[in-house]
Amino acid sequence: MMGKITGLDRRLPRMLRQTLAGFVVALAVLLAPAAAGAQQPPTTAAQEGFVPVDESKPQEHLPAAPLVMTAYAVAWVAIFGYVWSLWSRLARVEREIAEVSRRVDAGSRR
Amino acid sequence: MNRLYQLLLLLAVAMFAYAPFMIVQAPYESTMGLVQKIFYFHFPSWIVMFTAATVCGVGGALYLFTSRPAADRVTVAGAELAVVFGLIGLITGPLWGRKAWGVWWQWDARLTSALVLWLIFVAYLLLRKYGGPGSEKLSAAIALFGMANVPFVYWSVNVWRTVHPKTTVVTTLLPGMREPLWWSVSAFMLLFILLLISRVRLEARRSELEGLFVALED
Repeated sequence: MMGKITGLDRRLPRMLRQTLAGFVVALAVLLAPAAAGAQQPPTTAAQEGFVPVDESKPQEHLPAAPLVMTAYAVAWVAIFGYVWSLWSRLARVEREIAEVSRRVDAGSRR
Repeated sequence: MNRLYQLLLLLAVAMFAYAPFMIVQAPYESTMGLVQKIFYFHFPSWIVMFTAATVCGVGGALYLFTSRPAADRVTVAGAELAVVFGLIGLITGPLWGRKAWGVWWQWDARLTSALVLWLIFVAYLLLRKYGGPGSEKLSAAIALFGMANVPFVYWSVNVWRTVHPKTTVVTTLLPGMREPLWWSVSAFMLLFILLLISRVRLEARRSELEGLFVALED
């Protein structure tokens, strides 16, 4: 009995060494891809899931041309609108001045 | 004077007509692309707004201290033009921001202070229209406060954190982008001078009309 135990005791360090070595190899095999991935450059391509362009955020595919056209149209309309408003106000005041001047002249002749 | 005015008006129209051709030929900005071309009308409109606000403030200060009617006329004209060109800037800016920033508006230092500046001149015009007799002096003080705000709005992008581009984008513009911008600025400034002259004339004619009404009543 003692002899068997002694034999097992002799074999145990060898088995332990083999088990440990196997564990280390398995760990290395498992961790190798993760370590390699950490060294790769970051990428902008989708990796967690693909999103069709139709479902992406609106601003990402918002066309610029209508915004630019609207901006220039607003500027032109505002400028022309103000010029027209100023011209019509001036014309109205000139008409009123002519009318009142005529009445003042008529009044001074009496 | 009248002939010079007509010549300058023709020049302004020609400059505005040629501006789109220069803007189309300007290179695309690398991060914003086509939408950055709004800059060629957006920046000049704000430069004219700041100039109009300054003219309005100087006129207001002169009117406060001298009570000269001519200064009051310049103040009214400046305020009205500040509102018109500020409105162009306030509309074209969000159209640019929608594409560049992903939002129409951001309550940051630059955008908010620009809106407040514009509202000051809207308040000036409302006070002049509905304030009744004696509102000229009070509105002249508002014009002065409006003018004092201009440097804060201009420098806000360099002092506070904001989504708006800094003032250095103008000073560091490369050839190709620089020419259309300063062409547009010149066209806007020329138009501003002509509109200011006409608006001051309108106020002068209105006071003449008031004098005629007084003469008629007498």
